Amino acid sequence: MNRRILSLVMSRLLIALITLVIVSFAVFFATMMLPGDTATILLGQAATPEAVAGLRTAMHLDEPAIIRFLRWFGGLVTGDLGTSYANDMPIADLIAGRFINTLKLAGVTALFSVPIALTLGITAAMMRGSLYDRVVTILTIGVISVPEFMVATSAVLLFAVYLKWLPALSLANEVHSITDLLRVYAMPVITLTFVVSAQMIRMTRAAVVETLNTPYVEMALLKGASRQRIVLKHALPNALGPIVNAVALSLSYLLGGVIIVETIFNYPGIAKLMVDAVATRDLPLIQSCAMIFCVGYLILITLADILAILSNPRLR
Amino acid sequence: MTTDSAKTPAAGRMGYRFNLVGMLALAVILLWGLVAIFAHLLIPYPVGEIVDFDYFGPMSAQFWLGSDYLGRDMFSRIVMGARYTVGISVAAVAIACTTGVVLGMIAAVSGGWTDTLLSRFLDAMSSIPSKLFGLVVVAAVGSSIPVLIFTLSVIYIPGAYRFARALAVNINAMDFITVARTRGESVFYIIRSEILPNILGPVLADLGLRFVFIVLLLSGLSFLGLGVQPPYADWGALVRENIGGLPFGAPAVMFPSIAIASLTISVNLLIDNLPYKIRDRSSQ
Repeated sequence: MNRRILSLVMSRLLIALITLVIVSFAVFFATMMLPGDTATILLGQAATPEAVAGLRTAMHLDEPAIIRFLRWFGGLVTGDLGTSYANDMPIADLIAGRFINTLKLAGVTALFSVPIALTLGITAAMMRGSLYDRVVTILTIGVISVPEFMVATSAVLLFAVYLKWLPALSLANEVHSITDLLRVYAMPVITLTFVVSAQMIRMTRAAVVETLNTPYVEMALLKGASRQRIVLKHALPNALGPIVNAVALSLSYLLGGVIIVETIFNYPGIAKLMVDAVATRDLPLIQSCAMIFCVGYLILITLADILAILSNPRLR
Repeated sequence: MTTDSAKTPAAGRMGYRFNLVGMLALAVILLWGLVAIFAHLLIPYPVGEIVDFDYFGPMSAQFWLGSDYLGRDMFSRIVMGARYTVGISVAAVAIACTTGVVLGMIAAVSGGWTDTLLSRFLDAMSSIPSKLFGLVVVAAVGSSIPVLIFTLSVIYIPGAYRFARALAVNINAMDFITVARTRGESVFYIIRSEILPNILGPVLADLGLRFVFIVLLLSGLSFLGLGVQPPYADWGALVRENIGGLPFGAPAVMFPSIAIASLTISVNLLIDNLPYKIRDRSSQ
């Protein structure tokens, strides 16, 4: 039976790789739709035709698109991300520090949101139909159906404007002490935790409710097992796969949330870098950032699928 | 399904009647629809005109929702913004769902290579995070209303496709489809007359959910400055231009957000309270 699991996991990994190639293809050609000639734009209106032609050759712009795609993709795989149009720096250098900042933000958020969401989701499912369950459900639907920036602006209004606990904007380069650190991270983390937890609570609750509806749980109820025993011994081990799947999937919402949150709080992460690059139309930088996000997203959803395969008792 | 309806007689009695929450949600949605259509008749001040001497003015009898960062009337701007938010989202969701559902039914009925290729390709497309896709396209082509509608619909085609295909595959295995095939009906006939009527209810509910996603994504893009461009402004763009008023708690920041929330929460509530018969028709 173990071979079957192995082959399922391998085929899932293979699909992820194929998807990665298709995605990089899409990202590359989406940015190729830019009207106008890149060399002309870079050199400005006054450039001589010779200079434009020279730059075109130097940047390999006169080669067919498919060759440029292969060159770019090869560079990605070997870690050479190219140079930024805007300030001529290697993109790898631009990204490195920012990437770590974003990872820190995502990590701290996951640290908070996973335990909170699991507790709320599982308890809500256990007390299905109660007032507590209804309040949790309505709150999560509320958070899911408003834009992330509204969660962020509401948090600022509440904590910075009315309660005056925290500053409205955070600047990560002015960190000198623990309290500074707390003040910088608090607002972005609170916002992201809200957004991600809401998704996670909803999915966890659905997974546990589905397990509680199965015949073997009914059987446990009929044989007289206590409520605690039913949930902990019979339902949870079987719901574990869907729950872990839900956690990985909801963490992928971090990627969307992080773009808004870094912009609104001026947090120096990779999403802010990308939004700024869109303003200056710095295509190589946008492509690299987009690929980092896509790879992150792909890793999370592949992980979710693989965990679902591994935790399926029928395959063991 | 008979055992289920025996267990919950309330669902059977409800029929096609909406409950109170559903009615309220529908009313809010219709209200925003009407506001979007008749916006030009409703605004008390021209949208572009500076009418208040103060910027980020408070709510008053003269300016119902305060004034924005230039002293323009916020109520008029939100009413006009409804046109862009609702209009662009409706257009995008219509394109996305029509394309996705038609492709999904074709894939389910044809099977084989068509199905595999379409499914693989659209699955790959859906593994690009939606906001990111929007960012990349807008960076490349620049933002205009047709580009926005096109981008938003492309982003949500894979979801609609997957949903419709899953439903259509179930219907496709039924006897009446086999009969239709034996009669020698064309793929087009099977899709239009046998499959579509049987998946229409859930597909419409899915369309509502996708509408919510599109409104949220459009607002997010506009908030980042990549959506609707000045001098026009949808609700997300209104939040962006007035974000400077946040430290003062200006109404100009909160009301566009509240407008978005009222629309999206209403659509979600309406779908959650849809009569059982419409929502889950395929499973009966």
